[in-house]
This record gives sequence, C-alpha cells and structure tokens, in this order.
Amino acid sequence: MTDFVLFDEEFQQIKEVIGRLKADAQAKVVFIVDKNGQQIAAQGDLESLDTTSLASLTAGNVAATDGLAKLIGEKEFPVLFHEGEKDNVYISIVGQRVILVIIFDERASLGLVRLRVRKATQDLERIFDAIQRKVEEEKERRHEGVDSPFAEITDEDIDSLFRE
Amino acid sequence: MTFINYAAREINCKIVYYGPGLCGKTTNLQYIYDRTNPAAKGKLISLATETDRTLFFDFLPLDLGTVRGFKTRFHLYTVPGQVFYDASRKLILKGVDGVVFVADSQEARMDANVESLQNLEKNLHEHGFDLATIPYVLQLNKRDLPTAVAADEMYRQLNFKGEPTFEATAPTGVGVFDTLKAVAKQVLMELRKK
Repeated sequence: MTDFVLFDEEFQQIKEVIGRLKADAQAKVVFIVDKNGQQIAAQGDLESLDTTSLASLTAGNVAATDGLAKLIGEKEFPVLFHEGEKDNVYISIVGQRVILVIIFDERASLGLVRLRVRKATQDLERIFDAIQRKVEEEKERRHEGVDSPFAEITDEDIDSLFRE
Repeated sequence: MTFINYAAREINCKIVYYGPGLCGKTTNLQYIYDRTNPAAKGKLISLATETDRTLFFDFLPLDLGTVRGFKTRFHLYTVPGQVFYDASRKLILKGVDGVVFVADSQEARMDANVESLQNLEKNLHEHGFDLATIPYVLQLNKRDLPTAVAADEMYRQLNFKGEPTFEATAPTGVGVFDTLKAVAKQVLMELRKK
C-alpha cells in the first residue's frame, strides 16, 4: 500500500486554500484530515482545540458513516453536518481521499459554507492529484536506485527512542 | 499506511491493538497513557458504552522522539473486542501500520482468542493487508491469573509466524512497553524498505 506523503510545496498550497476558505466562509476553523485520522493541515483559532483528537474522531465518524452508506447500498455520504447550539461542523470528502472539516458559528450560514466548500474542493483535488503524481515519481526513482531518506535508519536509532 | 510529512518533518504511524472482548486492549493503552510524560502524549479518547466496554475505539497519540530528523508519532487504537462489533473493528484497521494481538491467558478464553485471531486475519485481508507480512506482535496478557494456560501452549496455539511474543499483566504494566516497543520497531524497520 502506498504511503501518504506530504511535501512542503503542496503543504503551503493546501494551507493557502483552506486559509482562503476560512475567510470566505467566515468559519472559525478549517482543517484537513486523511481518512486514517492523521491531520494534514489546519487554519483558524486552534489554540483551544485538540486537533489530534478532532482528526481521529472525524475520521472515525466518516468511516462509520461510510460503513452505513455501504449497508444501504450508497457509495458514500459525501457530506456530514452536525448542528450545535453555538458551533456547527461541516464535513465533506475531497476526492474520496481526504476529509475537509469546517467549524463555524452564527456568523456564517450553511448555504455560504456549502458554496465556498465547492470551490475549495476543486482546488484541493488538484493539489492532492499533484501529490499523488509526485509520490508515484518518487517510487520510480527508488526503483532506479535513489534511496529513501529512511533507508539508513539503524537499530540503534530505533532503540534510542525507547531509552528512558 | 504511514503518513510522511516532509513539511512538518513528521512520520505518523497507526498501531491497532486487537483481541477478544475483555482481553485488556484498553488496559494496555491506559497503562501507556499513565506512564508517559505529558509532553509526549495527547488525550486518551475512549468511545465506550456506559459499562465501560469499548464501543468503537480508544485512541492515544504518542510522540516517541526523533529519528533521522523526523518526529515519530504513533497513533494507538484499540478495537471493540466483542464479536458483534465486527463492522466497527473492520473500519479501525483501515490504514494500519502495525498490529498487536492481545490474547487472554485464561483457559476459558482460548477459543475466543483463536476466533479473534481468525477474524483479524480476515479483516486485514479485506483491507489488502496480510498478517504474514504486516508488522505484528503477540501479547499473552493476564499472566497473573491462576487459570492462565501455560505460555508454551498459548504460543503453540496462537503464534502465527514466529512474531515477537510477550507475557504481560497489563494493569501493572508487565510486558506493556515491551509489546509497544516491538511493534513500533517493526513499523519503523518497514520504512527502511520504502
């Protein structure tokens, strides 16, 4: 299975897209998580948020909903929306690979968020396609004998992680 | 599926604790959580029923330190062990990098161990993984109980491919970190091949 790799160039592009989305949708927080629960990038007021837990729970939520969809014969539910008293969470799947999460309050409306997400999704899909291509190219280079930066990890390196 | 983040210089790996109901998967995570430096861990999240049985998963993010300039972050998950939660169990194996099978040493649970191991193999297959090749560790838990089956016998019945096997008593931490270390080591070794 191919690993998910994030390079600096695309990371900056992703941050730019979700930063713009946050401003355009008047959201509090926008973040991107991969379907396995790893946070990829985030923008907004993150101080008071445990983004690691948020990422894992979001992925669990999407995975459970995906399971539900398949049970009733749907491919997926591409959008999930949770409405709270003050804050709301809008979750949308980008290119079947990553999860876009928007947290917003009464300053924004669901309609506005939905509209802005559509535009951002196209940009994000382009970026994740580019990442995919890059990963494939890397793999090719490996076949040609260019070593991975992790090829030289030694037993000693790993043992040192567990030293008290 | 390891997530290599060159931008943040991080390697993120996912380890899943698998095993039959009440074998001590959550207890393993709880012990690791209790004994880890606060700076190196996130919150321990448990999605459990009112009677404290795992309903969906437990989750513990852990920073192990730096390898070759990359921060190594491990996300530890448990699955719900009860047989009827199979759909949830399957979901949690998605993108897994390493598996710990926690076996219950009590004689009365040997069938449950075997059934759960078969279930693990099947569910891994559905995600395109193979138990024969994935980083994998066996833990024989509850060694302190009087009804514990001899470790040799458990090894014979449950060891799948000569994987590292540890005797453990999770509530007191015996074998808990040895298990984690062994699986983390295999996961990082896998990175070398990529």
